[in-house]
Amino acid sequence: MTLMQKFLGAAAGIALSAGAVMAEPALIFDLGGKFDKSFNEAAFNGAQRWAEETGGKFLEIELQSEAQREQALRRFAEAGANPVITTGFAFATPVETVAPDYPDTKFVNIDGWMPEVPGNVQLIGFQEHQGSYLVGMMAAMASKTGTVGFIGGMDIPLIRHFGCGYAQGAKAVNPDIKIVANMTGTTPAAWNDPVKGSELTKAQISQGADVVYAAAGGTGVGVLQTAADENILSIGVDSNQNHLHPGKVLTSMLKRVDVAVYNSMKAGDAMETGGFTILGLAEEGVGVAYDDNNAPLVSDDMRAAVAAAREQIISGDLEVVAYYANDSCPAHDF
Amino acid sequence: MGKMPHWADIVLIPLISLLLAAVLSSLVILAIGENPIAAFKLMVDGALMRSAGWGYTLYYATNFMFTGLAVAVAFHARMFNIGGEGQAMLGGLGVAFACLYIPWPHWSIAILGASTAAALFGAFWALIPAYLQAKRGSHIVITTIMFNFIAAALLNYFLVNVLRPPRSMDPATAKFPEPTHLPSFQDMFSTAENPLFRGAPANVTFFIAVAACFLVWFLIWRTKLGYEIRAFGFSESGAKYAGISPVRITVIAMLISGALAGLMSVNTTMGESERLVLNSTEGAGFIGIAVALMGRSHPFGVFLAAILFGFLYQGGAELALWTDIPRELIVVIQALVILFTGALDNMVRMPLEKLFLALRKGDA
Repeated sequence: MTLMQKFLGAAAGIALSAGAVMAEPALIFDLGGKFDKSFNEAAFNGAQRWAEETGGKFLEIELQSEAQREQALRRFAEAGANPVITTGFAFATPVETVAPDYPDTKFVNIDGWMPEVPGNVQLIGFQEHQGSYLVGMMAAMASKTGTVGFIGGMDIPLIRHFGCGYAQGAKAVNPDIKIVANMTGTTPAAWNDPVKGSELTKAQISQGADVVYAAAGGTGVGVLQTAADENILSIGVDSNQNHLHPGKVLTSMLKRVDVAVYNSMKAGDAMETGGFTILGLAEEGVGVAYDDNNAPLVSDDMRAAVAAAREQIISGDLEVVAYYANDSCPAHDF
Repeated sequence: MGKMPHWADIVLIPLISLLLAAVLSSLVILAIGENPIAAFKLMVDGALMRSAGWGYTLYYATNFMFTGLAVAVAFHARMFNIGGEGQAMLGGLGVAFACLYIPWPHWSIAILGASTAAALFGAFWALIPAYLQAKRGSHIVITTIMFNFIAAALLNYFLVNVLRPPRSMDPATAKFPEPTHLPSFQDMFSTAENPLFRGAPANVTFFIAVAACFLVWFLIWRTKLGYEIRAFGFSESGAKYAGISPVRITVIAMLISGALAGLMSVNTTMGESERLVLNSTEGAGFIGIAVALMGRSHPFGVFLAAILFGFLYQGGAELALWTDIPRELIVVIQALVILFTGALDNMVRMPLEKLFLALRKGDA
């Protein structure tokens, strides 16, 4: 589509107000940006897959400022985009505000939470603590020093949630294990600071860590790089990052944002809305990445233990405590 | 002084700088295979031709007016306050406390209370660097920028651990209660048959910003304190000789500066999001420096420069929405404007001064 067509199409959509004129889906990326090799990029990959399979087009925007959240939602809804998919918990409140004004448009928010979900909104959440529990187990089993590391992005509840599952998994394997946890920062810049990620990795190595789990968006690139350089193991997050340093990345905690986006776009207007979709281990919304790149690192014991724990978590015999449950973690003090 | 007429200084130089920035931006847009004329048209249409576009432009401009004035006041005392960002964050915290914990009966009273809280919190955050500069000689540039990080950490602590509603993932406060919601331009100017500013975040705070521009002008050029601030800025030793206390002026100028920066958060926090989010300042404190530079530290110049930057922000959003121009390039365009109007000011000024001198010689 050329610029002019797009522009005219948009203008036409606005003129006809909120009708489903051109039911293109729209995808709004959070401030972290589209190519973060992690969360937002997974969303983009899902949309791309949908576009390739169906030959459809989707509208997209990378935000620059907070005020643009509502603006992008409204403008896309007015242009007839449907569904409008947003990535990141920060969209929860804007979606909640905007959605009732456009009853014919369906909105999706990934990672968010609302006290009451409007009828045309679907929230998609992931059980990150379950996946993190499994990689925590693998970390503890792979560690020779008895110390494992966790490097978070920005210090917010979501990231503590990741770290908490990880700590529980590691302690389940080895109750005496030492867990070193650091957050990259307190501003959104912490999502994209590979240099600081690298420094923190070095600091954790000096404290004895020989497996480091990065839940830090773009910052994780630096963590994985330094871990590979210093010859220790690392664990990737969200997307499968095993291929970044073959033989050095123990595994990746998969969070299938791409599947969530793909399914929402595929369902289109027929999508069910008005509630929560929770994707955990059972739904394969989260999981552990095995491929050729990490095959030599994963022992049969590890595989068996992870598979057993996975079954137990799915059946409910094993409960991984969510950080959100009471804003604290039983296995580690953040 | 006197090298060229006043109008050239305040109108011609910014205009030429803008033109240069526009030309360079066009080349950048051409280089990635987009049409610069269509892009420019899209920016103007999106930011200035629709009332909702104006609503966004003026919303951003309100932020930049406050932070621009903050930097300008400090400039007059020859201090470089790069801490507008942190002072605005603290201001946001003040607004949140005022709105969440005091049961206001009506927005008109709430805005007074919240503005006072924002100004006090912002001023407090500027007070410590000011004291360190005045008494200890710690350079204000260093201390204010360090205080930005302390402010970010403090805000993060409060939002994650204290103010966040249970179960919510977003590090943000709960929505402020209904009576504190400020009337937006939509509420004020729309009629049933003629909806204006639909969904735009511009709100009544804009008028406070305009009033602040006027008050700062009055303060700097019409009061004894303003005279002292300017005298101190021209020459510290001269001011001392005239009996002006450097400590007092440093502290007072920074307090005013911090209070103005803090006021910005009334617009973003109380006016737009109606809750305090982590990223509520989003760099406006730094844009304020460019706005003050471009506005020659004069409140009217700040007013105009703020609207220009508001246009760039809103126009940039339109580009991001409807074209394939990536967000990074929009930042490049904004940066080029800052570069030419702020940093490369002398590049335009010097040849122009020479030209005017030559012309004058020709007359004589």
